[in-house]
Amino acid sequence: MEPVAFVVLTALAVVSGVVVITHRNQVIAALSLAANLVAIAGFYLLLQAQFLALLQVIVYAGAIMVLVLFVLMLLNLPDEARRRGGGRMQSGLALVLALAFVGLLALALSRGTAGSSFPASDRFGTVESVGQALFTRFFYAFEAISLLLVVAMIGAVLLAKRRL
Amino acid sequence: MIDWTGIAITLVKLAVVIGALLGGVSVMTLVERRLSAIMQFRWGPNRVGPFGVLQPIADGIKFIMKEEMIPAEAYKPIFILAPALAMITALCAFSVVPFGPTIELFGRTIDLVILDLDGGILFAFAASGLGVYGIVCAGWSSRSKYALMGGLRSSAQMVSYELALSLSVVGVLLASATLRPTVIVEQQAGWFWNWNALGGGQILGFVLFVVAGFAETNRLPFDMPEAESELVAGYHTEYSSMKFAMFFMAEYVAMFTMSSLAVTLFLGGYHPGFPLPLEGLALALVQVATFTVKVFVFMFLFVWVRWTLPRLRYDQLMNLGWKRLLPLALFNVFVTGLLVAFDVI
Repeated sequence: MEPVAFVVLTALAVVSGVVVITHRNQVIAALSLAANLVAIAGFYLLLQAQFLALLQVIVYAGAIMVLVLFVLMLLNLPDEARRRGGGRMQSGLALVLALAFVGLLALALSRGTAGSSFPASDRFGTVESVGQALFTRFFYAFEAISLLLVVAMIGAVLLAKRRL
Repeated sequence: MIDWTGIAITLVKLAVVIGALLGGVSVMTLVERRLSAIMQFRWGPNRVGPFGVLQPIADGIKFIMKEEMIPAEAYKPIFILAPALAMITALCAFSVVPFGPTIELFGRTIDLVILDLDGGILFAFAASGLGVYGIVCAGWSSRSKYALMGGLRSSAQMVSYELALSLSVVGVLLASATLRPTVIVEQQAGWFWNWNALGGGQILGFVLFVVAGFAETNRLPFDMPEAESELVAGYHTEYSSMKFAMFFMAEYVAMFTMSSLAVTLFLGGYHPGFPLPLEGLALALVQVATFTVKVFVFMFLFVWVRWTLPRLRYDQLMNLGWKRLLPLALFNVFVTGLLVAFDVI
């Protein structure tokens, strides 16, 4: 079952990823990105990380992408869809960056521990084990990030509403 | 070795649950129309069959026979995908709801739930959260102002109320120390004061869940995405025939899912609220019946509220969601946290 699921998910992830960057219509691109995020959640599921997979769908596909879509639909940019994107400068830079990324990937794959497997314990990836890790080992990091989020939220409200 | 019997059992469960849900939808269309008629001193549909009970079948045939229209300007792939998205996500969310206990049948133990997940409650929220895509896609791909406004309103509304909805459940999760629906139900076994809404001290959470659930399913008094007097029919203005019926069914399936979640989380699930002097299969049957009755009581509430309360204004809706429900839900989490910390519940 797992190889089949892997192939299907990979196909979905790659195709939707390509559509995100090639499609001229922003709403379609955003929808493909949502599909891509769900496919990534599927990979988490294959790696036994249930909790992470569910959070990925709830937070990214269920909330963030809906907001992105909301903004895109409000703007409804018809001209942008027809205009050709980027100049020569951008294409050149993109090519260099893409090649660098492929090189980095190749390096990581050649040096990595591909092939060796780590048997996951029964409780791996459950809500309980993730919660335990967050509130014991990574407690300070977790609290720091929550503080950062609050600051970002207050900043967003202040920027949007000049007069409170 | 693939467990073919296990797969077969799951398929049978799926068929039964989907059949029951869609059957429930057709029953509810008739019940809603008859009940609304009673509330407004009308007759309602009473022509097809005795007391009009065959009306849903007539409606179904009519939906299939109607001409199907796709606007010339519509973005076709998304336009066709949207109703399916709405339907699939609504059905998926139900799969973690336990509708009965574990039973023994022909030497096999069978859980009367389709997916017994560790993060089951989260799965339900993830699936119903994706439901907004069906509505947004429909609104955008129709290329119509009314539909677009309906889609925009619904995406804002569903994202806002999802917060209150999921926070109102956190109290239950704190008290039961698990996210697995089957365990949450088992903890509420026995007398009715074991139910989370009563003995669990989650009465505030329950009320918040119900209010946010109404908004999440786009039902009156929160049906701004399809407010007839302002937006014709909102996001499904341009849909006709069976595609419109799909949205209609998706809304009712979502209502069933929301009712089942409320029953599972707060009202003891399939436990009737008092110890039953039964055993084995008989007990299981009574419990499944109990679950069905509880869900239909909830569905009645949906109908009752719809035909009693007027629609809110859009800014009132947003105020209620962000300034009333959200702080109250946070308060509920805080109080429940204290109660759990001091071992009161």
